[in-house]
Amino acid sequence: MKPFAKRCIKEILRDPLNLAFGLGFPLILLLLLSAIQANIPVSLFEINTLTPGITIFGLSFITLFSATLVSKDRESAFLQRLYTTPLTGLDFILGYMLPIVPIALGQTIICYLFAIPMGMTIGINIIYAIIGIIPMAIFNIALGILCGSIFSVKQVGGICGALLTNLSAWLSGVWFDLDLVGGFFKKIANLLPFVHAVEMERALCNGNFEAAASHLLPIVLYSVFTTVIAVLCFLGQIKKQ
Amino acid sequence: MHAIKTTNLTKRYKSLTAVDNLNLEIQKGELFSLLGVNGAGKTTTIKMLTCLTNPSEGDALVGGYSIVKQAEQVKPLIGVSPQETAVAPNLSAKENLELICGIHGFSKQKTMQKINELSMQFDLEAVLQKKAGKLSGGFKRRVSIAMALISEPQILFLDEPTLGLDVIAKHELWNIIRSLKGNATIILTTHYMEEAEKLSDRIGIMKNGLLLAVGTAEELKEKAGTDDFETAFVSIVKEATL
Repeated sequence: MKPFAKRCIKEILRDPLNLAFGLGFPLILLLLLSAIQANIPVSLFEINTLTPGITIFGLSFITLFSATLVSKDRESAFLQRLYTTPLTGLDFILGYMLPIVPIALGQTIICYLFAIPMGMTIGINIIYAIIGIIPMAIFNIALGILCGSIFSVKQVGGICGALLTNLSAWLSGVWFDLDLVGGFFKKIANLLPFVHAVEMERALCNGNFEAAASHLLPIVLYSVFTTVIAVLCFLGQIKKQ
Repeated sequence: MHAIKTTNLTKRYKSLTAVDNLNLEIQKGELFSLLGVNGAGKTTTIKMLTCLTNPSEGDALVGGYSIVKQAEQVKPLIGVSPQETAVAPNLSAKENLELICGIHGFSKQKTMQKINELSMQFDLEAVLQKKAGKLSGGFKRRVSIAMALISEPQILFLDEPTLGLDVIAKHELWNIIRSLKGNATIILTTHYMEEAEKLSDRIGIMKNGLLLAVGTAEELKEKAGTDDFETAFVSIVKEATL
């Protein structure tokens, strides 16, 4: 599994588009929204509130990376070659998932490091927030493997690149307060993990561990459920070969 | 001794029978070509023999092991170079070779030795550090076949190895395939008559999932009553249609 995992990490990090979107885009948003905040103060865009949200939004690109990697491997017959080797289904799943977790953590760390000179409060809570992102990162990676196992590279671009990033933006409460819309929209947002992940990160940054814990369960449930479905879909497409 | 023996090997996709009751014996050390037009069932046959897909009916023994019941025993015996170039594009040619060495659990020393050996055999020294995705079609195919040979397979499957290559790259690859003869049993699929005739010990002609004829190029020409292999192929395929 280790050589395959090493290969996956190299494939992702050597794609300049991945670096541009995965790192560049969240940092640009952080700068842009902070600039807006400087001119027209909005509490949602204060750096201590905004940064945790941006780290969660950044994870939607992790979904795009993993989905693109899996679907490209499927389309190029690279996986077909590896299916004829002694690698097992578990090797493939772990080989895709494990190397992307440190990439997600790296992305989060860079976001927080970037936010510190912009006024983010420095403290041990940032470390907790970085660790706390792991369950949501697993959800995003599993979602990517699920999409990559089902869709083509082109479809993945549309679904994960456009649809998911927008969904995670609108339904996470990063860009606007969900109470402003309320009603059905807020109910839907609360049924999905994005807003819980953002709220948990914000609570961790503030040292409010009780509030953070209250958001953990839906995230963990989504992570476990999506991972199980992703594994089943990936193994299913091996059988369909 | 047989390297491969298929018994009523059949693959159906809903109403389509991709491979129909294939009975075939391939001897150890032989270079056997499956020749046929697109959709003849060549790639599906390879996919079944390499345990990528299960047969709908029948079975095959690969290296003495059943592809249905003993896939785990079959996999270490085979090497596969798929029809499409199956390389990791953002990894260098060397890293691609290292990846397969790692998957097969080679030590660092054995990995180095294997890469040196294969890069000399496939003339890859100049491109070892280049990203595989940036290589020419001919070099990508060489890397792909070298990857298939890393585990020192008893049986090597080459699915349309020269598809889409220019004439020079094609002839260079033919020389490489010729050099592999005798080291392993090679099963090659192709729809190029010239390739099958020049490289193979024996040729199996397939159409619509059926194996129409098996023999050496000479035997097939004799069977069709012609001196030209292409004419023999057309005659055998047309005869089956009538």
